[in-house]
Amino acid sequence: MPVEHDTDPKLAAYAHPERLVTTGWLADRLGSPGLVVVESSEDVLLYDTGHIEGAVKIDWHTELNDPVTRDYVDGEGFAALMRAKGIARDDTVVIYGDKNNWWAAYALWVFSLFGHEDVRLLDGGRAKWEAEGRAWTTDPAQPKDVDYPVVERRDEDIRAFMDDVKGHLGKPMVDVRSPEEYTGARTHMPAYPEEGALRGGHIPGAQSVPWARAVADDGGFKAREELEAIYQQEKGLSPDDDVIAYCRIGERSSHSWFVLTHLLGFPKVRNYDGSWTEWGNAVRVPIVKGDEPGSV
Amino acid sequence: MTGSLPGGFDAVVEEFQALEERERLELLLDFANGLPELPEHLRQHPELLEPVPECQSPVFVHVDVDGSGAEAAVHVHLSAPKEAPTTRGFAGILAEGMRGLDAAGVLAVPDDVPGRLGLDRAVSPLRLRGMSGMLHRIQRQVREKAGV
Repeated sequence: MPVEHDTDPKLAAYAHPERLVTTGWLADRLGSPGLVVVESSEDVLLYDTGHIEGAVKIDWHTELNDPVTRDYVDGEGFAALMRAKGIARDDTVVIYGDKNNWWAAYALWVFSLFGHEDVRLLDGGRAKWEAEGRAWTTDPAQPKDVDYPVVERRDEDIRAFMDDVKGHLGKPMVDVRSPEEYTGARTHMPAYPEEGALRGGHIPGAQSVPWARAVADDGGFKAREELEAIYQQEKGLSPDDDVIAYCRIGERSSHSWFVLTHLLGFPKVRNYDGSWTEWGNAVRVPIVKGDEPGSV
Repeated sequence: MTGSLPGGFDAVVEEFQALEERERLELLLDFANGLPELPEHLRQHPELLEPVPECQSPVFVHVDVDGSGAEAAVHVHLSAPKEAPTTRGFAGILAEGMRGLDAAGVLAVPDDVPGRLGLDRAVSPLRLRGMSGMLHRIQRQVREKAGV
């Protein structure tokens, strides 16, 4: 049974307000039947220093990825993970994390690949919960004993592969990395570690919209009109566009995917999780250096 | 591998290797909690601290060197926020491993120390690169300040 939606007025302005909850809403509902809270933080030790009461941890690095192939777990793997975390197919899952919910959004996107119906983000994530002085616990979570069906992953709607991107050149694309990564200006200096891609720059035609521009001062998402001002007025994207977002490994772009899909209501947005670590190392694919999106 | 690394690193590596993967993360958390506070002179002058952007968290490093040359005593100071316990843990390992080393000892710490901890499966490669970033910056400061 899904838990009721958060009717907070800030959320109500978004295209899909049912995809977010506020800290106050969550605090009032901890322990509700049918609700599972998940922490997915970039720093894998953070959960152990203190987490929201009852929350289970999902480690984006070891639990969502296939250990051999560069890919996500398959249907069997996801079902096993859900059972281990006590998540049933019809549970309401609320995900939060550090770093303005980068990795929480990434986990939500992976849940979406498996069509888990009711998965939401905690607006503001760990930082807002902390800033409001809300409680943390180090008590281990007690996952429920549940079953979860094996559902095969459905990539095509929200995930782009390199070939898809090649076929998409000339159509709207958003590069959500830092401006230095976008222009290719970031180079290594002597005795400084090198970056993981052979070349710096961006995919031809991609516009630069660093992911963090969608984040408000309190760590939550900016209001809908502020987001529209960035993505629609400034960058000229339109809700009927077919958009691909990418970053370095696909985690920051999950955050932007969430913004475009659920907050602004663009129906066709894909996340290119191969991102710059694939594109910037691939043979014979075009790149552009500098501030301008450029073209092929 | 015993005796192959400078300073306290052998003991740290052995401690990690003796544990199961899950417990290694707990040990890393112990190192995070054990990272010493910055000394007074750096708390007063944060501008002396060098940032480590590879860590993707506000991490800073500063090295004090007494005298010059290979035998100059080195004092390594690292700071990392409580919100980044993994990075703090790596900083704690470096602080512990380098305690009491001279300039030659710090420069002899090999690049692959992060890899020897056996954390590569539990912690993302990016994080381990952050630790290498700290190590490289410490070593560069030692080279500059000790003139070796």
